[in-house]
Amino acid sequence: MSIKVLIPTPLRPYAGKQSTIEVSGQTVGEALNDLVVKQPDLHKHLFSEDRKLRSFVNVYLNDEDIRYLSKNATVVKESDTITIVPSVAGGR
Amino acid sequence: MALTIPDALYHQLRGHGEVTYPHECCGVLIGEFNETGGKTVKAVVPCGNTRTDSPANRYHIDPVELVHIQRDAMLAGRDIVGFYHSHPDHPALWSTMDLAEAHWIGCSYVITSIENGRAILTNSFQLLGPEENKHFDDEQVEIIEQ
Repeated sequence: MSIKVLIPTPLRPYAGKQSTIEVSGQTVGEALNDLVVKQPDLHKHLFSEDRKLRSFVNVYLNDEDIRYLSKNATVVKESDTITIVPSVAGGR
Repeated sequence: MALTIPDALYHQLRGHGEVTYPHECCGVLIGEFNETGGKTVKAVVPCGNTRTDSPANRYHIDPVELVHIQRDAMLAGRDIVGFYHSHPDHPALWSTMDLAEAHWIGCSYVITSIENGRAILTNSFQLLGPEENKHFDDEQVEIIEQ
């Protein structure tokens, strides 16, 4: 199954300068694995050494944060879009 | 390299900080990356500050807002080129926490100081990477009439 992943601007240099990448998989985890197989340079920008998503990387399936779904086990369907958004915050 | 912004949008983001004073405002800059490495802002999208526990000195944009903004920008053939927030009664300089919480390498982080409810100074800083060695560089703000 082919689904779309939207790549944020800071990660495009590691994704062949593409803003959208088609990946395959039955779950979010499989889709993300396929993404880093297609674009290996993305791996260290998305995952920590223990292979978990880095703390500041948010992954949404359509409008839902996968942390509040079934995380990597969340099932995807053909029309779905995965969006990667690093967090935006600060303070003084 | 510079951040080029039309005057109306420049005043819009500064005005946002006056409206939310004494709380921090925040928002997204939509536009284009230029071939020379600069950026041109085409739209400013105000966001809510989810840090309701400490809004006077913290800001955080709900990621789902970013998802929608990024999706709409891409459909319009544009990109997220930066972010803005305000420093109520504090200088327009990045803080240690601003740097620690910044992850959009290559994007602009615009900060406006607000004193007694009025926008004073607006500075821009470009986040350079990689993440493990990131830092802010001063970035010229070029305001154009439109």
